[in-house]
Amino acid sequence: MASIEATVNLRVRRATTGVLDYFVLAGRATAFAFSRPFYFRDGLVQMDRIGVGSLPIVLLTGLFTGMVLALQSSVELTRFGADIYIGNLVGASMVRELGPVLCALMVTGRAASGIAAELGSMRVTEQIDALQSFGTDPIRKLVTPRLMAALVVLPVLTLIADVVGILGGLIISVFRIGITADAYLQGVLNTLAESGFVFGFFPKDFVTGLLKPLVFGAILAHTAAYYGLNTRGGTEGVGLAATRAVVTSSVLILAVDYFLTQVLLVVLRPGI
Amino acid sequence: MSSAAGEYLRGIREELARDEAGRPRPVPDEIVIRLSDVRLSFGDLVVLDGVSLDVRRGETLMIAGESGSGKSTILKLILRLLRPDAGEISVFGEDVAHLTFVEALDLRRQIGMVFQNAALFDSMSIYENVAYPLRENTALSEDEIEHTVRERLDFVDLDPDQVMAQLPSQLSGGMRKRVGIARAIATNPRVILYDEPTSGLDPLTVGTFNALMRKLQRELHVTSLLVTHDIREGFRVANRVNLLRAGRIVFRGTPEEMVAARDPYITAFLS
Repeated sequence: MASIEATVNLRVRRATTGVLDYFVLAGRATAFAFSRPFYFRDGLVQMDRIGVGSLPIVLLTGLFTGMVLALQSSVELTRFGADIYIGNLVGASMVRELGPVLCALMVTGRAASGIAAELGSMRVTEQIDALQSFGTDPIRKLVTPRLMAALVVLPVLTLIADVVGILGGLIISVFRIGITADAYLQGVLNTLAESGFVFGFFPKDFVTGLLKPLVFGAILAHTAAYYGLNTRGGTEGVGLAATRAVVTSSVLILAVDYFLTQVLLVVLRPGI
Repeated sequence: MSSAAGEYLRGIREELARDEAGRPRPVPDEIVIRLSDVRLSFGDLVVLDGVSLDVRRGETLMIAGESGSGKSTILKLILRLLRPDAGEISVFGEDVAHLTFVEALDLRRQIGMVFQNAALFDSMSIYENVAYPLRENTALSEDEIEHTVRERLDFVDLDPDQVMAQLPSQLSGGMRKRVGIARAIATNPRVILYDEPTSGLDPLTVGTFNALMRKLQRELHVTSLLVTHDIREGFRVANRVNLLRAGRIVFRGTPEEMVAARDPYITAFLS
């Protein structure tokens, strides 16, 4: 009985320490973005790896999501003669939810595992210790550039996923369902306009759709870096770190998306 | 101790006691690194159990011991990559355990570290690896950095033109370790810490490596702390030896004194 209690105590203590360490890492990585030295070159390299490297899967994901969304919704909407609303449905779904979330999940699958594996192998081969021995803070050198890169590229990739998804829906609507491109695009524009505008210009749906990737980018970079820097146990540990980084980031992104949506609905669209 | 072995060790000691011009070097007395009653545990595992040692300016102290005896942990404590549970660690007279994070970074800049597997940054070229501490810790121009990198690579008997553009994965283990030394001495540190530098190397490369360590001591007057389980190779470069067993120092003395010791554990370790 005592040993069970001790084991539970130990696990709870480890989990609590882990969460605290996570937030300390996140706080320091963010704070280092505002103080010298800056590692701009490293940031650019990471933008290339996370952003340009993820572009093909984001394009494919966006395109097929828009296409399948149009196809599935047409089945129901046609029954009620409401197939002209396909544009509204695809536009709202892509811009508000599917674009940001699917794009973040795709980039997480690719980039979080890469970041965790890279930092993890640097940990087990003592390269992190070497950095520290030269007076370099590994969080400043390794985490902050990746965080900045994720914060810059994820909104851009989301925007691309939104546009390509809407384009996918357009292709299905015109060539498979038989509604005109004008009707489809008018539906998309209507649904964006209905949500209202920020500063009288930016559709609110668009703003919420681009705020989310900022949060998702931070989750991706912090989580991957946390597991990478805390890798233990050689190559097996590197594999575990990569897996945990992807699973934890994905779950956090989905959970945070719900709460973020609630907050954004209250802030940007009061009364809903 | 056989007379031939004793003669050989005395020869090394005499070589180390003279500078590059063959003049006798003054006996160092300034303590550069001091550990006093240092204790460290990871959970229930006691790693260091009251370790005390001194490293004097300009000397090479070897910490020998079996794998898992806590040798490498001592180096991490000196660099403040770990904090002791109890005891004091002073480097250049500063209490390492009480330094702030930023002060610890400053301290590390004065210490070079040669890692067991070189720990070269595998995404950077050899040039970028050796230039890294110069870029981080000095205000040298790019020309000056290149000049220094070439000089350091030359010092460790590597042809700069041949290796500078290569990645660490393209070099042999011995060459990588030499690059590790070149990187460690890039900023002229006052102290160099070696963590099992000759493990996994062939005998010829080990010989070259030992000659390099002696050259560093004679020509650059660097204070060195060598951690190794390969005691025979360590004898070729060290002025003094501390033997660590299960987190405690069980022998302190010169290599000759160690060879002459009658303690069964030391005899077994040497054999």
